[in-house]
Amino acid sequence: MTPRTLFDKVWESHVVHRFPEGPALLYVDLHLVHEVTSPQAFEGLRQAGRRVRRPERTVATVDHNVPTGDRSLPLDDPIAATQLDALAQNAQAFGVELFDLSSPRQGIVHVIGPELGLTQPGMVVVCGDSHTSTHGAFGAFALGIGTSEVEHVLATQCLVLSKPRTMEARFTGRRSAGVTAKDLILALIGRIGTAGATGHVLEYTGDAIRALSMEERMTVCNMSIEAGARAGMIAPDETTFAYLEGRPRAPGNREWGPTVAAWRTLPSEPGATYDRRVDVDAAAVAPQVTWGTNPGMVTDITGYVPNPADFPTADERQAAERALAYMALAPGTPLAGLPIERVFVGSCTNARIEDLRAAARIARGRKVASGVRAMVVPGSQQVKAHGEREGLDRIFQEAGFEWRNAGCSLCLGMNADVLRRGERCASTSNRNFEGRQGAGGRTHLMSPAMAAAAAVAGRLVDVREWEMESA
Amino acid sequence: MTLTPFVRHTGKCAALPRANVDTDQIIPKQFLKRVERTGFGPALFHDWRSNPEFELNQPEARDATILITGANFGCGSSREHAVWALAEYGFRAIVAPSFADIFTANCCQNGVAPVRLSGDSIDELIRRCRGGRGSYRLTIDLEAQRVTDESGFGSSFSMEPYRREMLLRGLDEIGRTLLEESRITTYERSRA
Repeated sequence: MTPRTLFDKVWESHVVHRFPEGPALLYVDLHLVHEVTSPQAFEGLRQAGRRVRRPERTVATVDHNVPTGDRSLPLDDPIAATQLDALAQNAQAFGVELFDLSSPRQGIVHVIGPELGLTQPGMVVVCGDSHTSTHGAFGAFALGIGTSEVEHVLATQCLVLSKPRTMEARFTGRRSAGVTAKDLILALIGRIGTAGATGHVLEYTGDAIRALSMEERMTVCNMSIEAGARAGMIAPDETTFAYLEGRPRAPGNREWGPTVAAWRTLPSEPGATYDRRVDVDAAAVAPQVTWGTNPGMVTDITGYVPNPADFPTADERQAAERALAYMALAPGTPLAGLPIERVFVGSCTNARIEDLRAAARIARGRKVASGVRAMVVPGSQQVKAHGEREGLDRIFQEAGFEWRNAGCSLCLGMNADVLRRGERCASTSNRNFEGRQGAGGRTHLMSPAMAAAAAVAGRLVDVREWEMESA
Repeated sequence: MTLTPFVRHTGKCAALPRANVDTDQIIPKQFLKRVERTGFGPALFHDWRSNPEFELNQPEARDATILITGANFGCGSSREHAVWALAEYGFRAIVAPSFADIFTANCCQNGVAPVRLSGDSIDELIRRCRGGRGSYRLTIDLEAQRVTDESGFGSSFSMEPYRREMLLRGLDEIGRTLLEESRITTYERSRA
């Protein structure tokens, strides 16, 4: 038999039917739901008199528009409150489990899925959110869908999809100190561009990927969509199984052995082929920082703002010119040293406990520079509680960081956490699009340690110099 | 939900010659709090519209139903609100060298045709659109899979057959899938 990839195996085991025109009806094991992309889907069900086919495979939480300040106060945004109420009513009416603002398990949908053990190897996972690619870190085929497809999955537990092509991204070599999973994925996107993997499922392979923790793998897979990919995947291994064992929704004692045995059959077989392949030398990757208005506009922290005239095509030259005008940057400016006013440690990319520890290690015993507002927004209430047990909250607060409640927050600024016009932000999130963090706000994407160092310095800095001091 | 089928459409064009237009630009986050599918049209390209120079603010772009734009249109967030905003504003088709995957799916769910032409064709259409000063029109024939204008331009395009069928017939995808419900049940039983 032809050797198969991880993706081939997950795909084939979920095909319910093949439509004559080509696409498959693909079974969905886990459907994650949040307040922003679901109300119209539930309303559609209601109007058509349809039910949720598999409520037990559907889990909802609130994350996008929720306040991250004091949760004992009523929401001061009535439209956001309406959206939260709608989800609560829909969850109740359709029998869907909901982790709401009062739940100790509430958090960013892509943080709580893995944390609860809901996300498992070999699954098909969907959510009305492009960063669903995060769950691919477990060897699941996990993809973002639109609201009409959310309604389709609610009604049928299936998704209609043509089989994407595959692309292997092989990372080899040992990362140097101060270089994180965030830097690996940003370096890849910088290389292949924001449409570099459109129509493909990325599988991340190589010893540099094997060496990553589960949380680091989630950071890598999370940004697959920023390369245009349908999904990103990493084959499950001992690291995956160790992470999942004992989690509340992971298979229990009795099923654990046979389930893990089945998961062990998932990895791509030797000789399996991909439609495309890209190699990255992980040892050569430096800490990355974006200079422009999409995640592909990225370079080493030791680098410079590029000159638009140096880009090969007219489209790229024009895009770089627009980006530099928006970012208020001149060609040739060194990125290290660029003054910032805001810092955001958070988002489904980088708000797990290891991310907070990395930022805290830099913040410990230091102070946020005067004139800088720095926020730490844990990815879930459980991550927050975990951080507090370890005393991270005190480290951050003593350094002058705000320690907030869980949510998407300043990653997309749907709540009160937004940049003001012209503010420049060192951010651990995933998108530096114009206005993403607030109209006129200027985003530089980087790792948690780099963002924390920027908060202390009041400017972008090369964290490698700091890691040596604090080691 | 029943949709207006998209078979053949002739309409006025507007050009937005830039690549990587992301869904955050098409509909910024502050407008995503609505619980309805309507009300997004006036917020289309909200931040860009505050600039009087913006292409869609020009009188030539008024009443356009076809948007000609750059590669990787609709990248980023999965928000279907972007397509709802484009449709409500009046666009029935987007013509570009390439589209983001989730955006393509969202278009077809809402009767908006994502039409892919080569980069050279797009450059040519943008020249013609600018030269037409508000009178440039295209015909998109989805049945024949051809884009033509009244002055000799003609180009074929391809589209995934399933998506094309959805657009041509204004299909309710859920209704269609539920015709296969017994297969879903069989699949579920086989895994239990």
